[in-house]
Amino acid sequence: MQKVAAADAADAAAAEVLTGAEIVVRCLRDEKIEFIFGYPGGAALHIYDALYRQDEVKHVLARHEQGAAHAADGYARATGRPGVVLVTSGPGVTNTITGIATAYMDSIPMVVICGQVPRHLIGDDAFQEVDACGVSRPCVKHNFLVNDVSELALTIKKAFYIATTGRPGPVLVDIPKDVTAQTAPYRYPRQIRIRSYAPVHRGHPGQVRKAVQLLRDARRPMIYTGGGVVQSGGAAAAALTDLVRILGYPCTNTLMGLGAFPASDKLFVGMLGMHGTYEANMAMHHCDVLLAVGARFDDRVTGELSTFCPYAKIIHVDIDPSSIGKNVKVTVPIVGDAGKVLADMVAVLRGGGNGGAGGGNRHLGGWWKQIEEWRAVDSLHYDRGSALIKPQFVIEKLHEVTKGGAFVTSDVGQHQMWAAQFYNFDRPRRWINSGGLGTMGFGLPAAMGVRLGHPEATVCCVTGEASIIMCIQELSTCKQYDLPLKIINLNNRYMGMVRQWQEFFYDRRYSHSYMDALPDFVALAESFGHIGVRVERPGDVEGALVEAISDKDRLVFMDFITDQTENVYPMIAAGKGHHEMHLRSAAGGDGGAPAERELA
Amino acid sequence: MEERRRIISILMENEAGALSRVAGLFSARGFNIESLTVAPTEDSTLSRMTLVTDGDEAVIEQVTKQLNKLVDVVRLMDLTDDRHIQRELMLVKVEVTGEAREEVKRLVDIFRGNVVDVGETLYTVELTGAGDKLDAFLEALSPNRIVEVVRSGISGIARGGRALTVR
Repeated sequence: MQKVAAADAADAAAAEVLTGAEIVVRCLRDEKIEFIFGYPGGAALHIYDALYRQDEVKHVLARHEQGAAHAADGYARATGRPGVVLVTSGPGVTNTITGIATAYMDSIPMVVICGQVPRHLIGDDAFQEVDACGVSRPCVKHNFLVNDVSELALTIKKAFYIATTGRPGPVLVDIPKDVTAQTAPYRYPRQIRIRSYAPVHRGHPGQVRKAVQLLRDARRPMIYTGGGVVQSGGAAAAALTDLVRILGYPCTNTLMGLGAFPASDKLFVGMLGMHGTYEANMAMHHCDVLLAVGARFDDRVTGELSTFCPYAKIIHVDIDPSSIGKNVKVTVPIVGDAGKVLADMVAVLRGGGNGGAGGGNRHLGGWWKQIEEWRAVDSLHYDRGSALIKPQFVIEKLHEVTKGGAFVTSDVGQHQMWAAQFYNFDRPRRWINSGGLGTMGFGLPAAMGVRLGHPEATVCCVTGEASIIMCIQELSTCKQYDLPLKIINLNNRYMGMVRQWQEFFYDRRYSHSYMDALPDFVALAESFGHIGVRVERPGDVEGALVEAISDKDRLVFMDFITDQTENVYPMIAAGKGHHEMHLRSAAGGDGGAPAERELA
Repeated sequence: MEERRRIISILMENEAGALSRVAGLFSARGFNIESLTVAPTEDSTLSRMTLVTDGDEAVIEQVTKQLNKLVDVVRLMDLTDDRHIQRELMLVKVEVTGEAREEVKRLVDIFRGNVVDVGETLYTVELTGAGDKLDAFLEALSPNRIVEVVRSGISGIARGGRALTVR
């Protein structure tokens, strides 16, 4: 620390005098930011001018500020590095709000820099003025209004520190235009301490030992992990995989947590929750010890809380103390970073000489037999002989053609659930979707960010014809930056999930869920300079995917004309418990909930 | 679970918008605020806030955790369960004509308040104390005499050695 302080002092002595705008750009450079995603406008013009006069920080021009925010978000999710957004005041910043809220709900590290009207105009209802701190406050981890150019560098440092540590999240920095014109000596602090902000990293060792003991003594254990394991970093997913394999226990991931444990492992029982597998939800319902890591017991995961995990003692590991005990009562709370706590648990297990899959727990045979019975129900089955393209089939083929190695983004709705159910993610950060806020329009711009972060990777956007329209303008950005994304449009001419709910719960009154007057997506893609393909027969699906994926240079928009009436199964209706899942009947319709029997 | 009134003291960075973060948190999460007082401390970088809320144990746990999560919150302390002092300031404008002038003056003395402004037909009374004492004073006045009431909300501090400071 002393050395750092001395180095900082030396920097101060040699500090160069820069304008506020130059300081912003230098801070980004010193933060080693590769890309920023933005859209210029009046209050941000000094900053844009400073960007123009350098070439280290690359700016990606989105076609709408919402697209910029989602692109930065996708970049952050795929790389683990913070996403950076630069926009102007007023509509520039209000357009980012959906993107900021999306990142906030999924705890994604993001820094949003926005221009503000000059200080003497603040509060005057000036042109393009909006209270950016006020409108963003409910959906940011923190925000700042910079009133003094001498505080600019420190504030930006704080913004990155807060956004990327603890439970990550978006931080907004609002900079009045006159502050970007003033000058100050520039120095970027190497390290900072904020007295009111001190995230915990290590779990309490006593609690970790208690948790391991509880896990060892379990008869019907279950491990449930969420986005926290993905966010914590690659070491966390590796530690989780070790832990699950050492114990030989069943593991489920949330929508946000897919890929943290390999889907191809026999110990994986699929995603849980509203559209999770039968075996995952039944194992949740009947387990006697539940280890929850980096997951927040969201309502789409738990279903009805009063019947949630009725037999279980719960261990909850989370970096955010307020997540623990928020929705369910916890037996062993552990505040800490998912990766560090999981590694500590593995160390305790190994230290106890309890190695080998299931070796330490003699009582597991009956539990696994039960789980295999649930698995045999094959809750994800669908009609493979259909003459129409089944959306599930497209995802299965996509997995096959990409050998499970693609980055897959999605929008929100049925296609999102099918991608989650059928892509079988084996690695973290490969599945990029808006889980918490459920933002339609996320998939395409997010995929741009993913591709910029991984310039060699195959990046697919699984979407629907309703969602894709919401940020379709970003096809233009893809053209400008040569982003050869593969868009898989599951086109059923309906807002599929809305239609499904209307079929189930509104007596088939399909109120405004039909997408009338759709564009010709092939012509639309071509008009943006991309390749468009329409696929109408199941037999053409694989060929179209092979051809599209093998094209390394061009964006290919595949418009799959799918079965209009296909529904996502299984399903827990709102207000129902994990043991009340509806399965698909042999005829393809709703088969209701299987009869429940008590476990010994 | 039993609903209980809680008094929570908060030490925050004295930054613009800090108060709106607390108020916004309570409205966004559906927590109740009975009263909220805030002012800078002897250290000009810090504000001290006293917040009175109610809720069962689980709600109060969330209230304190969510408050602690705010980046501007340095420390907080739930005063309710330990010995503490709570005080509230009240100013009351009372109509006083004829015999009532004496009667109200006596009442103010009993409650150890002060008449801080005297008009032809009005007294303005200042009274400090715990909330229930202020309530009792208002009850003792006949309601048709009360012209205007302003209360500060509660400020609280722990008794003894317990202190909410950055050190």
